[in-house]
Amino acid sequence: MSTVAIEQRKKIHPTMFTLWVGIASIVMMFAGLTSAYIVKRNQANWISFDLPLVFWYSTAVIIISSITLQMSHKAFKQREMAKYRSLVIVSLSLGLLFIVMQGIGFNQLWIKGITLTKNVSFSFLYVIVGLHSLHVLGGVIALLVLFANAFSAKVRNYNIVPLEVISTYWHFVDLLWIYLLVFLLMIR
Amino acid sequence: MSNTATVHEAEVHGVHDAHHEHHHHETFISKYVFSQDHKMIARQFLITGMIWAIIGGLFSVLFRLQLGYPNTTFPWLEDLLGHWAKGGKLQPEFYYALVTMHGTILVFFVLTAGLSGTFANFLIPLQIGARDMASPMLNMLSYWFFFLASIIMFSSLFVQTGPASGGWTIYPPLSALGDASSGSKIGMDLWLASMAMFVVSSLLGGLNYITTILNMRTKGMSMTRMPLTIWALFFTAVLGVLSFPVLLSGAILLLFDRNLGTSFFLSDIVVNGKILPNEGGSAILFQHLFWFLGHPEVYIILLPAMGMSSEIISVNSRKPIFGYMAMVGSLFAIAILAFLVWAHHMFVTGLNPFLGAFFVLLTLLIAVPSAIKVFNWLTTLWRANIRFTPAMLFAIGFVSLFISGGLTGIFLGNSALDIHLHDTYFVVAHFHIVMGVASFMGMFAGVYHWFPKMYGRFLNNTLGYIHFWVTIIGAYLIFWPMHYEGLAGMPRRYYDFSAWESFKMFGGLNEFISFVSMIVFAAQLLFVFNFFYSIFKGRKVKDTNPWGANTLEWTTPIRPGHGNWVGEIPEVHRGAYDYGKDGREFIPQTEPVGENESHH
Repeated sequence: MSTVAIEQRKKIHPTMFTLWVGIASIVMMFAGLTSAYIVKRNQANWISFDLPLVFWYSTAVIIISSITLQMSHKAFKQREMAKYRSLVIVSLSLGLLFIVMQGIGFNQLWIKGITLTKNVSFSFLYVIVGLHSLHVLGGVIALLVLFANAFSAKVRNYNIVPLEVISTYWHFVDLLWIYLLVFLLMIR
Repeated sequence: MSNTATVHEAEVHGVHDAHHEHHHHETFISKYVFSQDHKMIARQFLITGMIWAIIGGLFSVLFRLQLGYPNTTFPWLEDLLGHWAKGGKLQPEFYYALVTMHGTILVFFVLTAGLSGTFANFLIPLQIGARDMASPMLNMLSYWFFFLASIIMFSSLFVQTGPASGGWTIYPPLSALGDASSGSKIGMDLWLASMAMFVVSSLLGGLNYITTILNMRTKGMSMTRMPLTIWALFFTAVLGVLSFPVLLSGAILLLFDRNLGTSFFLSDIVVNGKILPNEGGSAILFQHLFWFLGHPEVYIILLPAMGMSSEIISVNSRKPIFGYMAMVGSLFAIAILAFLVWAHHMFVTGLNPFLGAFFVLLTLLIAVPSAIKVFNWLTTLWRANIRFTPAMLFAIGFVSLFISGGLTGIFLGNSALDIHLHDTYFVVAHFHIVMGVASFMGMFAGVYHWFPKMYGRFLNNTLGYIHFWVTIIGAYLIFWPMHYEGLAGMPRRYYDFSAWESFKMFGGLNEFISFVSMIVFAAQLLFVFNFFYSIFKGRKVKDTNPWGANTLEWTTPIRPGHGNWVGEIPEVHRGAYDYGKDGREFIPQTEPVGENESHH
């Protein structure tokens, strides 16, 4: 064990590494979708439309949630567990709020007549934004599990790896949303 | 992080240390069913893959009956298949369902899950010196998602409208419209559900393989000391992790088209006289998304076979593999090029010829790393003291098929020639030889070589030799004539060639091919018998290192327990290919480098 442990110390934690490979995989999925979007846009029958204003607010919300999660990370390191717990609950609530706001955005579009099946450009928006929200939902569930664990005895180990893995994923879906927003604004 | 990470490491892997085998009380369920031991998971993948291979192979025999004997009726077929073989003759819909299922099963369930799933699981921890995978839990889930995918796909064989029948490439509109054909109905839904599970399984497996190889190597096992099997499995996993998500995004769009009325891939379609409202979609878009996975997929199938053949050829030649770094570099080059050539499947879709020229260039570039590999295999064999074990024969068979199938790839990679050859039997011959049978050869080589490590017994050699010779001669007899049929313009996917005056002359040849395919299928059953018989009754392994190999798996006990090594994991001091050095037949990786040792 000793030699293995010493070797491991210098390296990235395997779970964290697995996450990075998983992130690469998710990136490829959205790369596939956005490439398909670009290809389709250059063909006939493409309708441009404006994104709902609420997407801007939701962007602010998810950025703030990343900041609060980072703060909870700091609190955890300083062993301020009460502060850590409240910041985790704030971050996951903001995540939920983000998903709700995306839903509101969908609703506004739908009322304006921009429905799922009317035009390919509309369909793409619903699929891409919807899939991203599902990924945020995954992060919310992970944070919920983390929050539940914060009240169990195990947290006395002060194992920071789960928190680091989840916050890395959280920042990733945050960045992914910013990329998608810019993409949808620039290319339409 | 570093401190806690180490503590965590100790929690997870510390229990496997030293005498751990004594305080594990495994039940039947935890040992054989929901096992987290990579070796058991590997065996689960292998046996599930074998069951699929028998089903997929049987399907090919059934549709070869139709192709070889189009005007004969087989009353027993009706007894067996009911209304799918009315009057003893396969119905056209069922013919297409069989072809589709044959492709799906062999490409995904056998040569992806059965091959990578088995050998990545089995060999990665054993050959890099790890107690288990980075995450045994994810590894177990990977198998059970595959199992779930298998159950769903298998159940689709029994629905009334039949399984999916639009080809394993599931091009829309056949796959997008339920009314397009009988196989487009619930069979297609089940196909998509099954493949979604399959993609999850592949991703979980791939994540684990990559993480394990990069993070869990034992002391001294630098990347450049890894056996070539591990390199090949590593690149395979990278290809899978980066290409399967793109298939998933294509499948998601397809699901929306199928079920929610969107028009990503559909436009201006009339079904049964009814005009569909779908407008503005592009079926070609699906092909781009599909082949962006589809082409890397053929390397996902081929690379593990390359890696295992390299290892087995070196061990049984008693010589170092020629050009180790060139072998790694060419694997890397193939992995990169795999992502840049997908449109060569689409030369006749109206692709811009300038774009086509670009893809021709990149496709033909694959010949360079491929030729490097072939050269190195041949130079490893050159003037070697070869031991012709069944595993070695299959590895050499792999090289043979890779050459003969690879050469026809140069024909097909030319867009100008491809206009003539596209969708003919020339293509069928090409990919069956280079990716189908060749990968099977690599897989068989792996099974014969590592069976003693898997089960502590040997496979029967005589049956192995019969299996090899019937398979390789049979494979050439089946697929070689198809090149001529293809050059003469005989198209793929036709149900009955006797209906065309121009293809009637191939009637005899088709009958011959069908006849040989039955013999080859029977030889595979011989292998299945050998496999299961030898698990229980095979000759017992007496020596921990029966092949005299250098790699770490042969330093474990004959039947390693969960955790692989009793006591410390050995330290590695040299590469995996010190054969025939300084007058010694082989020098295991665990042996320290001597002071007076020569450099190769």
